[in-house]
Amino acid sequence: MTVATASRTADALPILRERGQREVFCGLTGIIWLHRKVQDAFFLVVGSRTCAHLLQSAAGVMIFAEPRFGTAIIEERDLAGLADANEELDKVVRQLLARRPEIKLLFLVGSCPSEVIKLDLGRAAQRLNGSYPGVKILNYSGSGIETTFTQGEDACLAALVPEMHEEPAEQLLVVGALPDVVEDQFRRLFAELGIARVETLPPRRAKDLPGIGPGTRFLLAQPFLGDTARALETRGAVHLPAMFPFGAEGTTAWLHAAAQAFGIDEMHFRAVVAPGRERAKRALAHHAERLAGKSIFFMPDSQLEIPLARFLSAELGMKIIEVGTPYLHRSHLADDLAALPAGVQISEGQDVDKQLDRVRAARPDLTVCGLGLANPLEREGLSTKWAIELVFSPVHGFEQAGDLAELFARPLVRRDKLMV
Amino acid sequence: MQLTVWTYEGPPHVGAMRVATGMKGLHYVLHAPQGDTYADLLFTMIERRGERPPVTYTTFQARDLGTDTAELFQSSARDAYERFKPQAMIVGASCTAELIQDDPAGMALTMGLPCPIIALDLPSYSHKENWGAAETFYQIVRQLADKTRTAPPRDGRRLRANLLGPTALGFRHRDDIVEVRRLLSDLGIDVHVCAPMGSTPADIAGLGEADFNVVLYPEIAHEAARWLEKNFGQKFTKTIPIGVNATREFIAEVCAIADIAVPADPDAGRMPWWSRSVDSTYLTGKRVFIFGDATHAVAAARIASEELGFQVVGLGCYNREFARDIRNAAAKYGVEPLITDDYLAVEEAIAAANCELVLGTQMERHIAKRLRLPCAVISAPVHVQDFPARHSPQMGFEGANVIFDTWVHPLVMGLEEHLLTMFRDDFEFSDANGPSHLGPGAAPILASHPDQEVPATGSALSGMPDAKAEEPASGSAGAGQAEASGWSADATRELMKIPFFVRNKAKRNTERYAAEKGVTAIGVETLYEAKAHYAR
Repeated sequence: MTVATASRTADALPILRERGQREVFCGLTGIIWLHRKVQDAFFLVVGSRTCAHLLQSAAGVMIFAEPRFGTAIIEERDLAGLADANEELDKVVRQLLARRPEIKLLFLVGSCPSEVIKLDLGRAAQRLNGSYPGVKILNYSGSGIETTFTQGEDACLAALVPEMHEEPAEQLLVVGALPDVVEDQFRRLFAELGIARVETLPPRRAKDLPGIGPGTRFLLAQPFLGDTARALETRGAVHLPAMFPFGAEGTTAWLHAAAQAFGIDEMHFRAVVAPGRERAKRALAHHAERLAGKSIFFMPDSQLEIPLARFLSAELGMKIIEVGTPYLHRSHLADDLAALPAGVQISEGQDVDKQLDRVRAARPDLTVCGLGLANPLEREGLSTKWAIELVFSPVHGFEQAGDLAELFARPLVRRDKLMV
Repeated sequence: MQLTVWTYEGPPHVGAMRVATGMKGLHYVLHAPQGDTYADLLFTMIERRGERPPVTYTTFQARDLGTDTAELFQSSARDAYERFKPQAMIVGASCTAELIQDDPAGMALTMGLPCPIIALDLPSYSHKENWGAAETFYQIVRQLADKTRTAPPRDGRRLRANLLGPTALGFRHRDDIVEVRRLLSDLGIDVHVCAPMGSTPADIAGLGEADFNVVLYPEIAHEAARWLEKNFGQKFTKTIPIGVNATREFIAEVCAIADIAVPADPDAGRMPWWSRSVDSTYLTGKRVFIFGDATHAVAAARIASEELGFQVVGLGCYNREFARDIRNAAAKYGVEPLITDDYLAVEEAIAAANCELVLGTQMERHIAKRLRLPCAVISAPVHVQDFPARHSPQMGFEGANVIFDTWVHPLVMGLEEHLLTMFRDDFEFSDANGPSHLGPGAAPILASHPDQEVPATGSALSGMPDAKAEEPASGSAGAGQAEASGWSADATRELMKIPFFVRNKAKRNTERYAAEKGVTAIGVETLYEAKAHYAR
């Protein structure tokens, strides 16, 4: 079943492409963090009981506060006629908005079943828009047949781009959901640098959706936003290519791209970033001792793998065995790819059983993988790091560099500590 | 379409996974898109399994649709056989694959794989997890049980029974098996095969060699047991040995089926004496609300009523297939049966039931936390906490001991309750402090939420906590019940002296009494009149 091809890229990185069983989430999973990030948005998945079960299981916790997501579960009778399915959907939306009047932005999120039965959620959103004053209704697909894990966020943000108003002024747009605390740190740095106008996508509240235009330069905070970047570019915005802001070096390079684009004086740039950069380096030094020389294997998960491998090898001296990623966006990752050690094995896609064979053969000190694989590998005596924690924790920027390194060091510390 | 925020049961193919993962030597090829592999983490994380579930997902993508998904299925099935060499394979579709109608079952059957192939048809748009598990187990038994292998003549040999029903991710299945094995062993009966948990396809082939079947979880094993009865003449047990009395009845039922004498006086463990001892007097009449899968809920209601002296004030289940059992039991306890898979309806019922203990699933545990009610978990869906490191069965006499501890420990203890009543003016019992046993950091009972802080008019006297601070829109539990009318300032102050955990009851009783007597202005007198009226 596997189609494996080794090809050589311009910078001579061997890429292994595999096709087979993928042990990754679908794009719906992004809802888990997106629904907390945008506080007046609701995510209504139009899907099956499996979708609902995925969301509650991937969230890993039971629900305390009622979450701002739910599933319109398709039932047998909805499959009989699509006209009825549309009526049913309208009914569910009515029910939902009556119960949650504070919602200002409703996403109808497509799933595998809704796509296979060709339920047109774009038209449904159009039809419903206007029926509920003050509520914007949009749609995107988080289906597993179209999207992998973090691609759901890409699809969601891309759906917001056409809603952004025309904004001629010069501004910096930071794209990708970041924890509020990290976003605020970056805002302070940009202000100190002298970049007056900084906006974020997604905004914390739907009504604060920024504008866009030829004066907009944007930095990607996450490496999985290919469609969003393309949509922003068609609106005239200019992408600022950079390494992703992990660790002291990555964060410096990322900020530098913005500083250059906005004509910030080089000396001033260095003065502004120096304190944070030094703090990050000090924090990393604590962990470098433990991590340097240790080998690591990335199973594909969040598309954060390439920049994280760059961070771990360049800033902490870890030895990279294989970097698996569900999808490799070469141009966005160009700087991080260039900073990887020569000849490191990169794999795109997955055939999980074959990849596990490679893990077992290499016996890395640490394997970064999904929750379905972690305990089985631990049982085989291989230390693991849950990949999902890297998506759910504040890990970007100078002040989180130490925390990010600690996430990788903790399993090794624990392995050494336990005497049971 | 049904709006769902949280669901008690997963889709039917997750039920099939529970059967496959419980077994050994069986592999499941599931025609499914990327993402459905999430189900693996239920087993590896919640149950802490050290092996991946024996499932191969075909992982088709949009670009495969209409072209080669069928070929993808076949190569996946072939690869899975090559790699895992199972004794048998089950094949089926998840919800999306069901829609593209590749007929994985039909394909697998014609592929000539060198092991038995069991085709599953699990309609995911009309059925759920428990049904999926039951159907899968039934199909496995029906297709693998060898009809030529039957129980040999008794001729003085030891009797043997199959244990049917335990699966991966079941609520305490792991430990129940140990207890039921012990019960049977004390009667001189061997366990022939325990299935699905721990069995191989080869074991299933020999199911017919047992003298009878013990059904532990009807939700999963009932269909299979009926088929075995029809085809092998094996009788099966109907009593679920959860609780002391049910366990005694189970022993009697087994003895009747096996045609052996019922042992005179089995050691019933500590539970009966623990319940009779004076310290348990305070358990009398505690109002308990019960919700879970039907089997566990019905068993819990019986224990609560007969063995602990509680009063059952609510009883329900989420699995409609067994609703009749709940209706019968509910009639016995004089309560309305609650058959629903909407947890918001359950929350509403719990809030309205005015109960002192909730027995439910992990979702009811959260509801109880919001409502500040003590709670114990009695049923799936499971959570990592339902797989304790220690032996912790529900079945048999040891199970009854475990249940006594688990249900009683969350309650306010006997003398503590008296102290709270006598010294209700103690500042630590006041609402501003929150329950003292939760430590100094415990949040006040009446949260300082602006909407709810209305002490003067008495509109926040329900004793219900700030249940839904994050969603003022749907006040199903908290503020909704607080529209007191006609309370005088004195009566309100007196009401506030009543400990928070019984205040809601006192308030409702007083209002009901006032309504019955046509009293419009509730004074201190009315409060005590009502108390006397309802004190029986």
